[in-house]
Amino acid sequence: MRRIVPVLAAILWMGCGAPQQQAEAQADAAKTPAPTAELPVVEAQLGIAPAAAPPVGRDHAAKVVVKLEVKERVMELADGVQYTFWTFGGSVPGPMIRVRKGDTVEVHLMNHPDNAMPHNIDLHAVTGPGGGAASTFTAPGHQTQFTFTALNEGVYVYHCATAPVGMHVANGMYGLIVVEPEAGFAKVDREYYVVQSEFYTRGGFREPGLQPFDMERAIKEDPAYVVFNGRDGALIGDRALPANVDEKVRLFVGNGGPNLVSSFHLIGEIFDNVFTEGGRVANHDVQTTLVPAGGSAIVEFALQVPGTYILVDHSIFRAFNKGALGMLKVTGPENTAIYSGREVDEVYLAERSHRATEGLKEADSTGDSLAARMARGKAAYLGTCSTCHQLEGQGLASVFPPLGGSDYLMADKPRSIRTVLEGRSGPITVNGQPFNNVMPPLANFTDHEIADVLTYVRNSFGNRGDAVTDAEVAKVRDSLRAPRGEGHP
Amino acid sequence: MASAFLGLLLATASASAGSMLRVPGGTYAPFYPAPGEAPRAVAPFWLDERPVTNAEFLVFARTHERWRRSRAPRLFVDDAYLSDWSGDLALGDGVRPGAPVTFVSWFAASAYCRSLGRRLPNEAEWELAADPPAANASERAEVERKILAFYARPRGALPLAGQTAPNAYGLRDLHGVQWEWIADWNASVALPDNRQDRDAENELFCGGAAAAASDPARYATFMRFAFRGSLEATYALHHLGFRCARSEP
Repeated sequence: MRRIVPVLAAILWMGCGAPQQQAEAQADAAKTPAPTAELPVVEAQLGIAPAAAPPVGRDHAAKVVVKLEVKERVMELADGVQYTFWTFGGSVPGPMIRVRKGDTVEVHLMNHPDNAMPHNIDLHAVTGPGGGAASTFTAPGHQTQFTFTALNEGVYVYHCATAPVGMHVANGMYGLIVVEPEAGFAKVDREYYVVQSEFYTRGGFREPGLQPFDMERAIKEDPAYVVFNGRDGALIGDRALPANVDEKVRLFVGNGGPNLVSSFHLIGEIFDNVFTEGGRVANHDVQTTLVPAGGSAIVEFALQVPGTYILVDHSIFRAFNKGALGMLKVTGPENTAIYSGREVDEVYLAERSHRATEGLKEADSTGDSLAARMARGKAAYLGTCSTCHQLEGQGLASVFPPLGGSDYLMADKPRSIRTVLEGRSGPITVNGQPFNNVMPPLANFTDHEIADVLTYVRNSFGNRGDAVTDAEVAKVRDSLRAPRGEGHP
Repeated sequence: MASAFLGLLLATASASAGSMLRVPGGTYAPFYPAPGEAPRAVAPFWLDERPVTNAEFLVFARTHERWRRSRAPRLFVDDAYLSDWSGDLALGDGVRPGAPVTFVSWFAASAYCRSLGRRLPNEAEWELAADPPAANASERAEVERKILAFYARPRGALPLAGQTAPNAYGLRDLHGVQWEWIADWNASVALPDNRQDRDAENELFCGGAAAAASDPARYATFMRFAFRGSLEATYALHHLGFRCARSEP
């Protein structure tokens, strides 16, 4: 009836099905009454990322109805950056579908009339040619349906397989379908749904505006974005995944690709269990697990220490330059037996310590003679200050201001003392050049040491100034300690 | 180029339902060539300058009762046929007379063209008309990029027909407005139909589809063929219209 015009091999466009097998399968289905007649019919449990679909909670098979509407829509890819996403259900990734091993799954695919393109769905959980792609090849304004039996448990990617397949996937058409074992998964306190993927935009990372898909970049596998859950910052800040100390967490991790393989890692946690590639065998005590494009993993871990844990693709430039970064915020009491926090924070001189000590030997290091102050000041300078201001006080262009010939340094002695005591941050101008950086406070130096080092820098690198005395430093330090407001005697 | 200008001159003589322009013949290399299939010659032909409009199709519906919305046999049109019109002979609000007619099936589009002594263009003609020779590779790439960007967007309201810039043949709206029916929209994808060898067929699916195409980098063409592949002859879609062609006498 539908094939009025002869010779339709539209299958060519749909994915990986062979029409003859397809036809045979359909013929068989027609011959054998489906066993689904007696099965209870339920709507599929869906989860919109980062929420995982809830557990199936059944001890028997059912006929599960899954309805997915394909929508082509403009959404934010990053703050101020728009992209025309092709979506299953209006989100990227598409909804997580959750069924039970042995279920009969009836998949409906609706292609919205305003869409420009035909679409279909290939679910890796399907046993059958094309994974459903051929059976669901759907023109805009039409809907299709097919049914499969979930023979294998595991976590499977689904995606659109309409030509050009890469482009349909690159535009956001993927998600996960989880086939629970008959007994369900072990109970955990929290489950989340995280899918990594890349986006190939004409503009670079975070370049604002509506960014078109860039086919050349896609072919070169050179994405502007590598992100979790379809957006730069989808799991950052207010959108971080919450959890508590003493909870067990399960992540259903997918990789939509279209091209890159993910080195999935959670900074500061060790995965207690990893069901590699979404399969049935657990690996234990894993730091980083490989999630292939078009593949998945289940990772499970217990939380002992509060804090923010960072999800990354440990192919690390993707994390810090392309967006492959998310957060898990764990709240609860500290557990210093497992993780102490910072116990020591002090200056480490390394080989400069040696130079500094040598400097001290050069002259009498006692007393307040200019020579003694210069010798001690040089040692302190080499040990601490030269890290940023450099050995010859020349600074580092546009990063660290110079001290040699510095108008800023020489113009105001009390200010230079205060800068050492309090540190300084924000924009300043030195010799006409702008700098905007942070100098840490060095208040743990004694008045005597600060007087020495400032005397040294005011009389080195071409500078000529008077010495700084202990009393001058003490005066500034006192002024900084001066009582502010109430509460002081 | 000269023949294109000639076409423009001759076009002014054409009357009634939109003017036609002469498209010089050429050589068409099928996007999905059959094994051993060589590029083939395409004779010069005439093609509507722009898509058929609602107003023009309304005239057709008035004079061809059996193609009115309520009368057209469901064998030839699906339920979406002219579904944006408010009645058999009324466009209704929001459907502009000058905009391309859409929600028409392949059968209806063919009948319309036949009523004027014309026909739908075939794949080779449409593809040739829509892809005039480019001055250089970078111009070609730019055109490809624009088409690809257009295909990637969901469709909004249709503009009036004939408003886009003409291509080198003077034809408008072949890209950037809507999809168009062609006579043999199902022909090129029918390639494996008469072949029984399953392994050979498999080369045409999934990744194999790209391997079989004549130029895998031409993704816009991929999308156009994929779209055609999703159709049935009865389908009436929101953004699928047509234009007519005729052979040179």
